[in-house]
Amino acid sequence: MIKSSTSLQFGILLCLAPLAMATISFFWQPFDITELNISNRLKSISLTHPFGTDHFGRDMLTMIMVGARTSIAVAFVAVGIGVLIGVPLGLFAATCRGSIIDDGVMRFNDLVFAFPSLVIAILITAIAGPSAFNAIIAIGIFNIPVFARISRAAALSLWQREFILSAQVAGKTGFRISIEHILPNLMHILIVQATIQFSLGILAEAGLSYIGLGAQPPTPSWGRMLADAQTMVSLAPRLAIIPGIAIILTVLGLNLLGDGLRDALDPKLRGSVKK
Amino acid sequence: MINFFFRRLFTFVLSLALASFVIFSLVEIAPGDPASFMLGINAQADTIAALRSELGLDQPKISRYLAWISGMLTGDFGVSYTYRTNVSEMVGDRLWVSLPLAIYALFLSTVIALPTGIYAAAKRGKAGDFTVISATQIGIAIPNFWFAIILVGIFSIKLQWFSAGGFSGWQNGILDGITSLTLPAIALALPQAAILSRIVRSALIETLGEDYIRTARAKGLSSWQTIWAHALRNALIPVLTIIGLQFSFLLAGAIIIEQVFYLPGLGRLVFQAITQRDLIVVESVVMLLVFAVILVNFIVDIAYMLVDPRLRQDGI
Repeated sequence: MIKSSTSLQFGILLCLAPLAMATISFFWQPFDITELNISNRLKSISLTHPFGTDHFGRDMLTMIMVGARTSIAVAFVAVGIGVLIGVPLGLFAATCRGSIIDDGVMRFNDLVFAFPSLVIAILITAIAGPSAFNAIIAIGIFNIPVFARISRAAALSLWQREFILSAQVAGKTGFRISIEHILPNLMHILIVQATIQFSLGILAEAGLSYIGLGAQPPTPSWGRMLADAQTMVSLAPRLAIIPGIAIILTVLGLNLLGDGLRDALDPKLRGSVKK
Repeated sequence: MINFFFRRLFTFVLSLALASFVIFSLVEIAPGDPASFMLGINAQADTIAALRSELGLDQPKISRYLAWISGMLTGDFGVSYTYRTNVSEMVGDRLWVSLPLAIYALFLSTVIALPTGIYAAAKRGKAGDFTVISATQIGIAIPNFWFAIILVGIFSIKLQWFSAGGFSGWQNGILDGITSLTLPAIALALPQAAILSRIVRSALIETLGEDYIRTARAKGLSSWQTIWAHALRNALIPVLTIIGLQFSFLLAGAIIIEQVFYLPGLGRLVFQAITQRDLIVVESVVMLLVFAVILVNFIVDIAYMLVDPRLRQDGI
């Protein structure tokens, strides 16, 4: 069985790689990717170009490094939107539990869940124009009900606990109890969910960029690299394989990190067989 | 029980009404006038105005919304701005690609997920479980459109077993149709199978911890006999929910895969309609997809009530 600490270590390791690449790319890039060098196109793997070059002669390693920035930024902000709007909504619904407001928030969640997220994301990016920013909004909107739902469910069970009762007896308002007592106890669930949504965000960004609705040229993105590579699959399969592996390793890393964190942060799961 | 049914039916209808309103509003705020888009940049203002009134675009928003809704209820989805044909006919044609593709992918995903998930649960904590878990972790991380490109590279370009894209239709025989849907279905099914396999595993492990399983084991049943006779049926309830949800996801979520394989399915229809400002097609197809998701959720909830006697009591 995978030990939670092993998952955690692997997860951290795999997540650090794209993060480090993205960070380094701000200070140093092996080659300039804004310049096209056709004579250098489709060069295979070598010491100067560890991942080779693409059909415009751009260095693939640099493209992957700069592409990591787009993927991470889009997924990160999209998770941020989900947390900043979803968590307060969920906490508010739990505070007014059983009321019409609670019911309204939950029905709103169900409604957003019913929409095919990809279709709506395409609709939003088509309405507002294709760009990384609009991709963030489109992905972020679907994170809101996810965070609202889990924070409401977890908060509801916390509201039944004695320490919340004593806080109520002490005269604290629902708002203060939510901030001071409920939220800190939700943190571990939220962190785990955030890593899962982060990995889904990376996949969604890649998908939107692949069909041309995410980051626009010349900004490199892993999804766009795959779209460019599709016509080249017979000539240079590595153009499709390398960005794909970058996406898979990042998503795998985030999922392992999420699993590891869930086990590490939840004392009840420690030492038990993972379900 | 009847109370639960009617309450659920009410939320079902309410969700549909709200969804239709949201879709209509979203499409309304989309920039670009369909009439000027259709006539091109050199069109005269009065020609555009004439086309707008022909398409009914000069009507107030609320009456257009009501006309759209009442049309949909009677199966009349309107006329496409770009193709000048009935939207319901277009949708009908595309459904013959999207629906078999979704069913095919769901079938593959279930056929892979059930045995692997059951095996992992039976071997929990051992090497077999570890292998399945690791494989599913990777399966979930693979973007399906990337997997599709790789499949095309291997099976269409290198081995030339399948065509790299397109759909020749069902008129050349069922086998021909199924062959052209095979690679897309595999690409769609793999990540879904990974998710489903994990759910089968955890649902089964949860059931195997119940007291009645211990009783069955104490009676002398072997571990496999217990799984087949007692655990599996009880573990299948959450699994069925996910299969239901996956079906609606596969119907709507195949857009990118349809792009990779140039399949004339519903997803590609929406995608093209959005870029051509064919708003009536966008509205109707998105509404249809949302309807499918809401309907599946409704059916799953009702099926729960029929399967689980505890839910049959009123007040739950």
